[in-house]
Amino acid sequence: MFGLLAEIAPLVGLGASFGAGIAAIGAGLGIGKIGSAAMEAIARQPEAAGDIRSNMIVIAALVEGVALFAVIVCALALFL
Amino acid sequence: MTRLKLIIITLLIAIAAPFAHAGEAADTASSKINPKEIIFEHLGDRYGWEMPFDHHHSIPLPIIVVASDGLHCFSSACVEHGKSYKDGDITFCIAGEDSKYHGKVVEIAADGEEIKPLDFSITKNACALFITVLIVAGIMLWLAAFLRKHPYKAPRKGLGGVEACVTFIYDGAVKSTLGPKAARFAPYLLTVFFFILVMNLTGLVVIFPGGANLTGNIAVTLVLAICTFLVTNLFANKHYWKEILWPDVPLWLKFPLPIMPVIEIFGMFTKPAALTVRLFANMMGGHMIVITLTLLIFIFSAINPVAGGASTVVSLIFSIFMLLIDVLVSFIQAYVFTLLSAIFIGLANEEHGHEKEAHTAKEIGKDVVDAII
Repeated sequence: MFGLLAEIAPLVGLGASFGAGIAAIGAGLGIGKIGSAAMEAIARQPEAAGDIRSNMIVIAALVEGVALFAVIVCALALFL
Repeated sequence: MTRLKLIIITLLIAIAAPFAHAGEAADTASSKINPKEIIFEHLGDRYGWEMPFDHHHSIPLPIIVVASDGLHCFSSACVEHGKSYKDGDITFCIAGEDSKYHGKVVEIAADGEEIKPLDFSITKNACALFITVLIVAGIMLWLAAFLRKHPYKAPRKGLGGVEACVTFIYDGAVKSTLGPKAARFAPYLLTVFFFILVMNLTGLVVIFPGGANLTGNIAVTLVLAICTFLVTNLFANKHYWKEILWPDVPLWLKFPLPIMPVIEIFGMFTKPAALTVRLFANMMGGHMIVITLTLLIFIFSAINPVAGGASTVVSLIFSIFMLLIDVLVSFIQAYVFTLLSAIFIGLANEEHGHEKEAHTAKEIGKDVVDAII
């Protein structure tokens, strides 16, 4: 079994790249949902646009933070 | 029409420049580009601060180490470019690439072994931290002095902008989450916001006072998150500690095996960890993308001058785009760090709200039953 692991060790680059790609997909989906909900809310009530925009940016930063945890883990996998 | 001409001229110069050096490429072909090394060199810390637009000379900064026979203090110019420096009885040099202390100052013992001394040097990042402190303190003290001298006047122009930012953060992030306790925690939260903002923005400037990748260094963001952790927990309510150590859950979750308290304590540490990694990854990622896009020009030029020319235009446009996004991300990350710190402090200072509500719900139920009967 350890022989097999030693053989697939060079694939860590492949794994890290896939991980980062999937993290990007996750971030894109999440922030897209936030954006679409914000657009709908602003369309319903244009005078609340400022409030909605600030909240949208904060929540987008949180979702992006989670995606960046995944990117950091992939970077660690590559360099450690 | 003049703007279009300006754009076209800029692009033509950008495309023509690599071709001008195509002749030199032949003799510098031996110096292969090492992308990983260049990226980490730009993202990391170093002992001198490189001169604007000239990477071979650097502004010397003090190196302060505690070696085996005490404190040594010398200029980084003594050990740059691989020189070794003998101070008293000990020889210092910057460890090379195959050493485990690569890039750091080590003392070389008599048998050639490298020993790492205790290092308190003012490196580029430490110097940039001091510069950031001076900028933030200078701006805020200027505003305070103005408001003290003219208590009923509104500041205009530069100071007016600073006051607008302070009001934006205070009303938007601090007062709306903390409510009546806002004034107590406002100094810390506003300091954190402006400190992170100035660190991020100076990291984007290319030359001397800027250019240090501070928030992209996990040590810096870790310390900021530890500060938030300390402020949250040291100024917390008794109710908050009770909720962590003896929460309002069924007895089997907390008595023989403290499952819920352990989970709560773990949660207490993940919040600052999330703050650390979010700020670090955003800023380091932004810098890394810009450096990588710029390196693409050199990588492509090494293969083929024509590809180098084409990639220059594309790379330039993308780099400028990414740098503008980085400016936006600087503001957003500083704002989110401050907002989340305010939310955590607010959560740690909550009153007995929900118990009071349960009490009144029971009373309302009793009143309804009495009314029916």
